[in-house]
Amino acid sequence: MRKLLNTLFVTTPETYLALDGENIVIKKEDTTLGRVPLHNLESIVTTGYLGASPALMRKCAEKNIGLTFLTNTGKFGSRVTGGTTGNVTLRKKQYRLSDIEEESLAIARHFIIGKLYNQRWMLERLTRENPMRIDVERFKQISGELKNYIEDIRLIDNLESLRGIEGQAANRYFLLFDQMILQQKSDFGFYGRNRRPPLDNVNAMLSLAYTLLAQECAAALETVGLDPYVGFMHQDRPGRASLALDLMEELRGIYADRFVLTLINKKMITEKDFVKKESGAVILTDDGRRIFFQKWQEKKQEQIQHPFLGEKINWGLVPYAQALLLSRFLREDLDGYPPFLWK
Amino acid sequence: MYDEQDYLMISGIQHFLFCRRQWALIHIEQQWQENVLTLEGQYLHEKTDQPTIREKRKDRLIVRALPIHSPTLGITGICDVVEFVQDPNGVPLNGESGTFSPIPVEYKHGKPKQELSDILQLTAQAVCLEEMLVCEVPKGYLYYHETKRREEIDITPALREELKKNVAEMHQYWTRRYTPKVKTGNFCKKCSLQNICLPKLMNVQTVKGYLDRRLCE
Repeated sequence: MRKLLNTLFVTTPETYLALDGENIVIKKEDTTLGRVPLHNLESIVTTGYLGASPALMRKCAEKNIGLTFLTNTGKFGSRVTGGTTGNVTLRKKQYRLSDIEEESLAIARHFIIGKLYNQRWMLERLTRENPMRIDVERFKQISGELKNYIEDIRLIDNLESLRGIEGQAANRYFLLFDQMILQQKSDFGFYGRNRRPPLDNVNAMLSLAYTLLAQECAAALETVGLDPYVGFMHQDRPGRASLALDLMEELRGIYADRFVLTLINKKMITEKDFVKKESGAVILTDDGRRIFFQKWQEKKQEQIQHPFLGEKINWGLVPYAQALLLSRFLREDLDGYPPFLWK
Repeated sequence: MYDEQDYLMISGIQHFLFCRRQWALIHIEQQWQENVLTLEGQYLHEKTDQPTIREKRKDRLIVRALPIHSPTLGITGICDVVEFVQDPNGVPLNGESGTFSPIPVEYKHGKPKQELSDILQLTAQAVCLEEMLVCEVPKGYLYYHETKRREEIDITPALREELKKNVAEMHQYWTRRYTPKVKTGNFCKKCSLQNICLPKLMNVQTVKGYLDRRLCE
């Protein structure tokens, strides 16, 4: 498997990124805050306001280093990419299938099976590990429901039903989310998903985690030559990376949600890392975001056994592995798209 | 005669002989990933890739980065170096007095290989030069960076036949836009595309079996 290179997160406000030879230089006013050789980097994510020099952007595009600009609330701003990679035959196949409901369903179904399967085992794991803290019966019940939803999904014949089941299942799963928070309960409660804007600490973190994950999925798809904007389950909408959203479905629970839960349950992040704005919107402080990104990066280095490939890879490579498997299916090297089934 | 659109890269011959799937990933699917070996190769070629330098030494004219093609084989590429040696039995060159015989020189990092890949690449260059200049190219050189020596290669009829056979097979895949399935071997370790190719993956299991197994747990 490909070595997982680093992502450089630049979170200091008012910084400017420039190129010096083969290095990225991080500047603030007249001082240089840091200098990192580009050859060690896979991507750069910045929430600094000032931006990056054209020379750096060009170098990143040339060297296939993802350069992503987020706002300081973690909202996606833009991404610099080089020429579209991969081959036109593969992309046309993607477009053709995306226009045929039956074909799209065959792939979309597996994304959602992956999502529900993984969420289900999150629930099962909690009943095993923390039976004293949670309502085991309720967890078992909803885990059973998710299992049934998966059965249903294997039999349905249209995308509309798939989206319907997916929505229902998500509601059921999120009913238990508050119980998965085992520490700092008074500062971190969960009463439902909200995102525009996030209105509590947990939603603020979930949104940021989903943004990062979507970014990484988009970059992974781009790397294998697929178009992140043309999806199978998510319909085309200008500016929306639908395939990246499709691909991240199976990772939402096990990757993003669990990550946020770990930050809270291990007290890596606390109430002081958040600010509530006048509108009720909650955002992470600069410090909070720094911790978030740092832990995210550490999480990406953790090893995991890939269930289909049977190889040990870093968590951070999972989106890439899945994108690759998807392209292999489109190329007819595989008899289907194998979702990442975690346990 | 092939259409220009369908000319294949001469440099791809070495990929093709190394592994047909690697060639298809690079040339049909346009995938590429660097590793140490490819970077070394690139560095070496930066030195030879200077199309504007033209040297004259006594009886020879040395040209670098010369673009070539063969419509009959449907291949195109660039010669690292071609030495045009003055030769009464040679052919006239535009803008030069006298007649010359061309000798292609291909630069390689590493040392001479067991396989034919370097030799066939040179053969392809010879065939192109023959076709473009209407002359004969009976020999060429392979210069190896590690040994700092050039090896003289006779462009024999057997080599020409071997080249033809391989190029025809490449064209077949190209026409179908077909990427051959994996055949794994020790050579996979040296391949810069192993993470794209996933050699181990293909024969492992079916997705259907994988899902059935996991989902009934």
